[in-house]
Amino acid sequence: MNFSLSEEQNQIRDSIARFVQENYAFDQRNAVVAQEHGFSAQHWQQFAELGWLSIPFAEEHDGFGGGPVDTMVLMQEFGRGLVAEPYPATVLLFGGLLQEGASEAIKGEYIPKIIAGELQGAFAYLERQSRYVMTDIATTAAKQGNDWVLNGEKTVVLNGGAASKLIVAARTAGEQADESGITLFLVDAASDGIERTTYRMTDGQEAANITFNNVSAEAVIGSEGEGSTVMTPVVDAAKLAVCANALGAMESLNAQTLEYCKTREQFGVAIGSFQALQHRMVDTFSACENVKSLLYRAVCAAQDNGEDALRSLLALKVMVGRAGKLIGGEAIQLHGGMGMTNELSVGFYVKRLMIINTLFGDADYHQQLFAKLVNAPAEAASAAKAEAA
Amino acid sequence: MHTRLSEEDLAFQAEVREFLGEAWTSELAATCGNKATMKEGHEEWQRRLYKKGWMAPHWPVEHGGTDWTVTQSFIYNQERASAGAPEAIPFGVTMVASVIIAYGNDEQKAKFLPRILKSEDWWCQGYSEPGAGSDLASLKTRADLDGDEYVINGSKIWTTYAQHANWIFCLVRTDNSGRKQEGITFLLIDMKSPGVTVRPIDTIDSFHHLNEVHFDNVRVPVANRIGEEGKGWTYAKSLLVQERLSIAEVADSKRGLARLREEAREEVNGGRSLLDDPLFAKRLTDIEIELMALEFTELRALASIAEGKEPGPESSLLKLQGTEIQQAIQELRMDVAAYYSGTFQGDLSAQALGHDYAGAAQQSYFRGRASSIYGGSNEVQKNITAKYVLGL
Ligand SMILES: Cc1cc2nc3c(=O)[nH]c(=O)nc-3n(C[C@H](O)[C@H](O)[C@H](O)COP(=O)(O)OP(=O)(O)OC[C@H]3O[C@@H](n4cnc5c(N)ncnc54)[C@H](O)[C@@H]3O)c2cc1C
Repeated sequence: MNFSLSEEQNQIRDSIARFVQENYAFDQRNAVVAQEHGFSAQHWQQFAELGWLSIPFAEEHDGFGGGPVDTMVLMQEFGRGLVAEPYPATVLLFGGLLQEGASEAIKGEYIPKIIAGELQGAFAYLERQSRYVMTDIATTAAKQGNDWVLNGEKTVVLNGGAASKLIVAARTAGEQADESGITLFLVDAASDGIERTTYRMTDGQEAANITFNNVSAEAVIGSEGEGSTVMTPVVDAAKLAVCANALGAMESLNAQTLEYCKTREQFGVAIGSFQALQHRMVDTFSACENVKSLLYRAVCAAQDNGEDALRSLLALKVMVGRAGKLIGGEAIQLHGGMGMTNELSVGFYVKRLMIINTLFGDADYHQQLFAKLVNAPAEAASAAKAEAA
Repeated sequence: MHTRLSEEDLAFQAEVREFLGEAWTSELAATCGNKATMKEGHEEWQRRLYKKGWMAPHWPVEHGGTDWTVTQSFIYNQERASAGAPEAIPFGVTMVASVIIAYGNDEQKAKFLPRILKSEDWWCQGYSEPGAGSDLASLKTRADLDGDEYVINGSKIWTTYAQHANWIFCLVRTDNSGRKQEGITFLLIDMKSPGVTVRPIDTIDSFHHLNEVHFDNVRVPVANRIGEEGKGWTYAKSLLVQERLSIAEVADSKRGLARLREEAREEVNGGRSLLDDPLFAKRLTDIEIELMALEFTELRALASIAEGKEPGPESSLLKLQGTEIQQAIQELRMDVAAYYSGTFQGDLSAQALGHDYAGAAQQSYFRGRASSIYGGSNEVQKNITAKYVLGL
């Protein structure tokens, strides 16, 4: 048993921490988010040069061949600085799906481009009605000659504005919420019949609603009707990654709040001297430590692909949602009126944590999946496991 | 002990409904709801209340109030909230008016109260300063007497709607020699006086309501002083009690909860309505049970005020619980809006965004974080309750 990072991982962490320190001060972040698509193309090139875009990809495609621990380290540091570049959308989701399901030819063509920082991508899966059920898909794809033709609408596609390629989950068979009958398609975002409406998320990142009107797909990712089996492991890995991102944000937010409590004076003393506030700072500190423990547990289990992997991941997502609300709420409250302003970054961290709660399903949703999994009798457990995943 | 409504109460309820049906129109609701026109909207709504004689129900009749019983006030408030109509903006009619009525002189009453009734003035509250929040009494904005004028220098912060206001009531320091609560004076200041500047504060709910107000050698006639010099703290505290009572917004929370229930009914998750989801049902009903209790805590407080008892520290409890419930409803509404809660609607239509109320849910969630901060933070309310109610 060993919870320390390798030398290489420490190097990644230190280099990201340095990047954040040099490029993500409050005003700098505001300037980044104000750019078109909500991030800096220059930073993205820097990520490529530093090798960060290659971390989760296999070595045969010029990747670093990293595992869940490496992604955790990177995403946690990004979270601390509230880094705005669309790493989860392009590298973890779009890139992850290619790596998991694409043909060798497509991998060979696109993964090196992602690694070189030349390609932005997005995963379009949500729809207006789907809520947190990722298999609730009404967008259809039908075969016309050799082409697959897509019709429907996807909503809240993160990085959907900057992406030049999309992976779209569409229904090719079955009923609307069926697990099977979903197929993933690689689609050029400039194709005829695509319309994009872009807007910002509350933390500044860009999202898009995308309609598909007889759009021809470029390729199928994975096999027809088997999209879920490609999506599941990639989304699970992305859940872990965004939970690491949340941990970084929580640590940073707690540190800011603690510092404020030590320096803000009322009644002639630092407000941190009031026991009522001390106990609350202890509560948010322990919430953060608990998140870290479950994150390490889930990351270790994912790395070993162990029995505990799904159970830990679901538990982690529940806790991250709840702790995020607690830590975010307390950060605003303990900052008093200052917590309500955009003159501090507190509000942006709170918003990121709120968004992470809803990504891939919120705390309540995951708690129900968790309950189904752990409460199932032994023989049904494997069935529940499949369903939860 | 009973809570039955009498014949007269029922007739009053019918009258309130009829009035709201005519006066609170959907056009007016839209004007009030729009950031750019909210001021005109609220002023128009208040003029309609004034015409009906209901702008200031809680004032003494001689100044234009009503002689409503507690039950009638309760009925009015229920009906108003369930129609979705707002309360009058409190800074004039609820806050400064209560001080003018209790401590102002006849000239001040004659000058200001009718204008408040007719919504001819928009008031804002100049209490807090950068260094004086929870510790309000440590405020530093100075007022130096010069002939029959005070000369004001200093800064106020967190001043809600100062950008709309033409009058501000301020706590200023006229004496530094004694305890900090002494030497505070309550002044009414014309915002158009030379030397007053208002600077907006950008907030997390993307809605301009907060401001800094700076005073640079602003001259204020002594005639604008309420009561005695140096006694401002007493007046300020009586106003805070009114403010806390008005923050509880129990009837509005009832409406918010009812709306949330309908929104959740329409949300389908995995083939079933969110209302049929046991975890969600628990969260929703947890709030409802608390709210049912709070409704009667408020009634008990109002009944005792009607019997002539001074409202006191129990206003802290109402503020505390009222805002906790508001925040719980706001949070749950964000959860109902699911991933749309993180989208920033901006100028997009609900149709283009794909969700009807996510934008509204988000704005009230972020704005609502402030209700446990203003009016004396909830920690301060607990301190007050511990000290003055429990004697700790
Ligand atoms: C949206 C909004 C609108 C407002 N509108 C107005 C207005 O119109 N006019 C006006 O004058 N003011 C207004 N205020 C100001 C408000 O009254 C103050 O923000 C409030 O009194 C808290 O002061 P502060 O912000 O300086 O926080 P601080 O007093 O610095 O408090 C910071 C934290 O410390 C806690 N704390 C402080 N003292 C204690 C203690 N003794 N024990 C335990 N905890 C403690 C607080 O509860 C808070 O969590 C508004 C504020 C907001 C957010």
